[in-house]
Amino acid sequence: MNLRALLNALVGKQDSKDIAKERLRLVLVHDRASVSPEFLDKIKEELIRVISTYMEIDEENTQINMHRTDGTAVLEANLAIKAIRRTV
Amino acid sequence: MGEVIVITSGKGGVGKTTSVANLGVGLALLGKKVALIDADIGLRNLDVVMGLENRIVYDLVDVVEGRCRSKQALIRDKRYDTLFLLPAAQTRDKNAVTPEQMKVLCSELKEEFDFVLVDCPAGIEQGFRNAIAGADRALIVTTPEVSAVRDADRIIGLLEAAELGDPRLIINRLRPDMVKRGDMMDIEDILEILAIDLIGVIPDDERIIISTNRGEPVVTSENGAMSGQAYRNIVRRVVGEDVPFLELHKNSSIFNKLKKMMGLGG
Ligand SMILES: Nc1ncnc2c1ncn2[C@@H]1O[C@H](COP(=O)(O)OP(=O)(O)O)[C@@H](O)[C@H]1O
Ligand SMILES: [Mg+2]
Repeated sequence: MNLRALLNALVGKQDSKDIAKERLRLVLVHDRASVSPEFLDKIKEELIRVISTYMEIDEENTQINMHRTDGTAVLEANLAIKAIRRTV
Repeated sequence: MGEVIVITSGKGGVGKTTSVANLGVGLALLGKKVALIDADIGLRNLDVVMGLENRIVYDLVDVVEGRCRSKQALIRDKRYDTLFLLPAAQTRDKNAVTPEQMKVLCSELKEEFDFVLVDCPAGIEQGFRNAIAGADRALIVTTPEVSAVRDADRIIGLLEAAELGDPRLIINRLRPDMVKRGDMMDIEDILEILAIDLIGVIPDDERIIISTNRGEPVVTSENGAMSGQAYRNIVRRVVGEDVPFLELHKNSSIFNKLKKMMGLGG
């Protein structure tokens, strides 16, 4: 924290640039989370490819979603397992 | 074989055209052979910023539609022997050109020129896709404002999707006085948010407007304009030199000394 921020904190004031930065951060979380279905399909494909080394995945019953809660975005993957491979 | 660089931003009015003009002239002053393409079809502007508006015969659409060869449409800037401008069409719309046609044009010009700079229109529609189609790399212009940085972020995503990786950032119209009093986002703030590499910072400078009035990009100014120096530095970074960043706000005030003494430097 610099001196200005310290003084601001004492008088309960916030620099306008910090407000700008905070607003940007939030709006970008939203912007970046509104991704296209193709993008999600790509993630799904890759996830399955990686995990397939360890277990057999039921692609039909696999869902990937991205959603936002205030301030953060969550990537949610539900992968249905058909079988688990013996560890190599 | 030359290199095609697109200058883009998402938001309008942040300094794309000004940057293309200054980088173009700056590169020509280094002896590079440079072609500037105004891809802002319907809103031709680069010609007036360069002071070449009276010399236009053919335009970009004439070239891609085969009414003339690119050589005939390229206007030579008499002040700098190795600098050429391909103006935008003024009376057509952005759909008059396709990304495929731009690719062909860019690869043709690359054979002849060291650098081809493409001035991108605002927005993320066809005009944007045209402008980036033939590019080897991208420079993104933003100003230290929420809307401009937000749009830059969007553009970075679209460039990634188009596999035009590793864009570099120009922060334009920075006001050190406002940064100092906490009323403008600083360079670090913007870089932290966008997470891309910086290629230069241009201060907000009335001399840009004065030189644009004259049709003479500020990069040529020898009266110590900070913005001219800033553009010259970007030019050298574009050609691969390692140039230290300008100190736009010198840490010399009593306030800063005091801060340092107190270990509060920020
Ligand atoms: N660093 C700067 N300082 C002062 N004025 C600037 C600066 N950069 C650009 N401008 C002015 O801002 C306006 C918009 O710039 P322009 O290059 O046309 O933006 P764009 O091509 O992105 O729409 C112009 O009038 C230009 O002279
Ligand atoms: Mg423009």
